[in-house]
Amino acid sequence: MKKRQLLMGNEAIARGAVEAGIKVATAYPGTPSSEVFATLARFARKYGYYAEWSVNEKVTLEVAAGAAYAGARAITSMKQVGLNVAADPLMTLAYIGVKGGLVVVVADDPGPHSSQNEQDTRLFARLAKLPVFDPATPQEAKDMTKAAFDLSEKFRLPVILRPTTRVCHVCQDVEIDEIVTLQREYVFHKSPEWVIFPNLAYEKHKHLNRLQQEIADYFSQLPFNRLELKGRVGVVAAGVSYTYVREALADLGEEDISLLKIGTPYPLPEDPVLRLLSQVERVLVVEEQEPVVEEQLIRIAWRHGLKVEIKGKYDGLVLREGELNVDKVRAALAAFLGREIPVETPPAGPPLPRRAPILCAGCPHRASFLAVKEALVDTPAVLAGDIGCYTLGYAPPLNAMDTCLCMGASVTIASGLARVEKGVKHLAFLGDSTFFHTGLAGLVNAVYNRADITLVVLDNRTTAMTGHQPHPGLPLTAMGEESKPINIATVCRAIGVEVVREVNPFHFREAIAAVKEAVNHPGPAVVIMSAPCVALYKPEKLCVVTEECTGCRQCVDVLGCPALVPGEERMTIEEKCTGCGLCREVCPVGAIEEVAR
Amino acid sequence: MVKEDKVDMLLVGVGGQGTILASKVLAEVGRLLGYEVKLSEIHGMAQRGGSVVTHLRWGKEVFSPMVVPGCASAVVAFEKLEALRWKNCLRPGGLLLVNNWIIPPLPVLTGQARYPENIDELLHGDCRLVVIEGEELARQAGNQRTVNMVLLGALSVFLPGEKEVWEQALRVRVPAKFLELNQRAFALGRDAVARYL
Repeated sequence: MKKRQLLMGNEAIARGAVEAGIKVATAYPGTPSSEVFATLARFARKYGYYAEWSVNEKVTLEVAAGAAYAGARAITSMKQVGLNVAADPLMTLAYIGVKGGLVVVVADDPGPHSSQNEQDTRLFARLAKLPVFDPATPQEAKDMTKAAFDLSEKFRLPVILRPTTRVCHVCQDVEIDEIVTLQREYVFHKSPEWVIFPNLAYEKHKHLNRLQQEIADYFSQLPFNRLELKGRVGVVAAGVSYTYVREALADLGEEDISLLKIGTPYPLPEDPVLRLLSQVERVLVVEEQEPVVEEQLIRIAWRHGLKVEIKGKYDGLVLREGELNVDKVRAALAAFLGREIPVETPPAGPPLPRRAPILCAGCPHRASFLAVKEALVDTPAVLAGDIGCYTLGYAPPLNAMDTCLCMGASVTIASGLARVEKGVKHLAFLGDSTFFHTGLAGLVNAVYNRADITLVVLDNRTTAMTGHQPHPGLPLTAMGEESKPINIATVCRAIGVEVVREVNPFHFREAIAAVKEAVNHPGPAVVIMSAPCVALYKPEKLCVVTEECTGCRQCVDVLGCPALVPGEERMTIEEKCTGCGLCREVCPVGAIEEVAR
Repeated sequence: MVKEDKVDMLLVGVGGQGTILASKVLAEVGRLLGYEVKLSEIHGMAQRGGSVVTHLRWGKEVFSPMVVPGCASAVVAFEKLEALRWKNCLRPGGLLLVNNWIIPPLPVLTGQARYPENIDELLHGDCRLVVIEGEELARQAGNQRTVNMVLLGALSVFLPGEKEVWEQALRVRVPAKFLELNQRAFALGRDAVARYL
């Protein structure tokens, strides 16, 4: 019997890559993709491949592609919005192709649970004309990873694996197979084929277009697409939606439905689709996000003159926004089948207070935001934000963020605002990892074009939100090797920022003074707020409330620190306090003391 | 307890309370009992003190990784407000196992919202309510962070699986260094609910 192990979808993908004999793994963290590479990094030494956290997704893809040029199997992973950063290499890599298998894992986040949009990577695959796998379960994610390497080498194309949150973060028993050792020499063979030029691009484009049909035919043979022909009514289900459809059909007692499971949504395999469409009169397409499968189904039906009623997103039966679940799919199926199902709305309880995520007790970002707000108390200002834990600073009571768009956009949005909005100061916030990701380019631009902005770098010595990954500012690589850290202040000075101040935000008065100086400086200035994330150390101190406390609640009202809890008469400070002392700064009666733990 | 065809559960709480380790142990128990198991977590932003929910399904054949609202056999709540928030996922008469613990969300701390005063009453009705002093028992075990194991110990009394199966799952999933501490917490949780049977 095969060995089985309880694996999270992301771990299963990593296991598949190891079994396929990878030589290189690269990634930039992003929920829900991060554990793919975190797992690969953990086993890199054991199984003898190279692993790196790269500075951004464009870089991860290019490093992996380079290895694949020399014949190595390589995998890179990112979240859906990361693919936007990697779009430039991806679009032309589809023309140039690879020699060793290259699998690009792009995790989509319908909901969204932890993302700034709900873009559908299957559409990106169609745009780039690259094959894409869409797993329904962790087991399938692992099997598809291995199949994607084979496909990539067969057609010499990068291949996209697109799991969604409910595959990435679902655990299931997964079969463990042997690890393949590839006997290969890794050599880059020089050829004009590797150098994209307009005339080569035209030829490669023709070749890529020809491949689309071949890949679709190849996909028809794979076990990830399965047709169960039964009655004259059909359902097509793609990706994780297949699991919802199976359960909803069982709930409804529908046993005569013809069901086509799709695991490779682009290019859609025509053979099983045609066999379904020639059998049924009506079909419902169930897929999350965009109607990628549905549109291809409509095209195939039209081109083959098949008069089949195709229902889905365009009828509003299947939602285009958010993630699906069994309830939503059951409702869609019932509407499609013309069945009335009892809608059980549980009695609404009393309205409950929301519990949104918040900055941790002792988080240095809270001190940084407060210092900036203190420095700007009489100065009208716009605070441009970015992507990281510090995005949580937007919420009351801090209200320290007026914009948030995408990675690295704080510097550039502030620069644009500063061009037109007069009499207002423009500040940008970003984290240390984001600084290296895409923030640096914006800062170079601000220096070159003399944008009157202040960049506040919230340097907590880690990539916190995605699970504490290292980055170029730290003396450690993904494989646990020592590295020469790149000092953010040195970089800022080297590119010509005239005012660069480094402060610990918990040295509150100094931090306020640094912000004031930077804001008053005409042209770009940088303040680096440096203090480690609370998850990185054991606190030695604790704050306690003295009898002086009047219970005025100003501390919690200003800071929103979860360790500060109003008691009967006085405030209480909970165990999660790190003794950062910020509440002492805002207490009007001096009723808080720091003590050793 | 008789083996049921399927057991759907939710573990709910506040980001950082240790729901994920507890869910891994539960998944292991399901495997040992011969069920197909699926477990669905949410990582990322919600872990920063937000409301978190983990879906756990044991069954002969499990398709969706998420529990259908109104079908859960058990909701294990690490905090009382979260118990109330997710209670309606239970099937009628399902087990609502609650840690008697309050973590006020930020709007409550800052006076923008009120923590329901009559929460203990609101938790009653349409369910089998079991409330335990998880934090106190975890402290007795030696570390307040073991409240997840206290809750698991309590839960084990109401679910299929002999005590030995649960203990084996604990050995598989809990790092050796913390095993004894976690076993103590588990046993305290198990004893604490004996009176409900």
